[in-house]
Amino acid sequence: MTHTPTPQCRDLLGSISDYLDGVLQEELCYELEKHLSECENCRVVVDTFKKTIYLYQSTSPEVNVPADVRERLFKRLNLVEYIKKD
Amino acid sequence: MVAPMQSEISLQALKTGNRAEFARLVDIATPAIYRLGLKMLGNSQDAEDVLQTTFLKALQSLDEFEGRSSPMTWLYRIAVNEALMLIRKRRPQVEIVDEPVGESDEILPPIQLTDWCCLPESDFLTAESRKALDAAIQTLPEKIRAVFLLRDIEGLSIQETMDALELSETAVKSRLLRARLHLREQLSVYFGERLKEEINK
Repeated sequence: MTHTPTPQCRDLLGSISDYLDGVLQEELCYELEKHLSECENCRVVVDTFKKTIYLYQSTSPEVNVPADVRERLFKRLNLVEYIKKD
Repeated sequence: MVAPMQSEISLQALKTGNRAEFARLVDIATPAIYRLGLKMLGNSQDAEDVLQTTFLKALQSLDEFEGRSSPMTWLYRIAVNEALMLIRKRRPQVEIVDEPVGESDEILPPIQLTDWCCLPESDFLTAESRKALDAAIQTLPEKIRAVFLLRDIEGLSIQETMDALELSETAVKSRLLRARLHLREQLSVYFGERLKEEINK
């Protein structure tokens, strides 16, 4: 599927981040939402854009620091006596 | 995400060489700095190098830290600089410039228009999907990657991201937009395939 963007689609693309971060001016929000109700392609772009950010934000805290990495760090910093055993 | 630590960590204690306080800072900040290194560099060995160098440099430059930003933002700044340095060092001297997202401000129109949001939630949580999410991050040019990681993975505000990377608001917002649009394209290819598989089941 390809998308031949109209000027409104281009405007939407430039504001999409601000829109989803909730910092887009009210008037521009209104115009963007009006365009979204009329343009299926842009609706898909906004929905998948939102989902992309959500997926990254919701899975990001799942990195654990391995115990040996933590131990080597504290040793390197001469802080061995402060290592907390998990 | 950054603010609470400022009240917990005493800058004065750090500056007077209180080792227990520095150990506390290391303890609190390690998961975030390690995660940043992993996602910035894509492998655990480099992430560990960045983790160690970040705290060593922080220790050395405590005198110069004035506390205008939170200790966490300051650590992020050191870590990003270290990661960028490591990437530059490892990069071949002669290279073909073939970056998927350029440094220019041009915003490319979306190519992938598959609506994959309707996939079952379990499809997003598989180990393979997580690998695809991480792999997509690695296709971002490093300066754009840094903005995305601080803002969307570490949860810094626009202002904190500006402070950590010493960038203007316009630069942060523009890089963030390009990062997010590029990642949307990448995930659309991956999850578009999953959607086809779902339909053919």
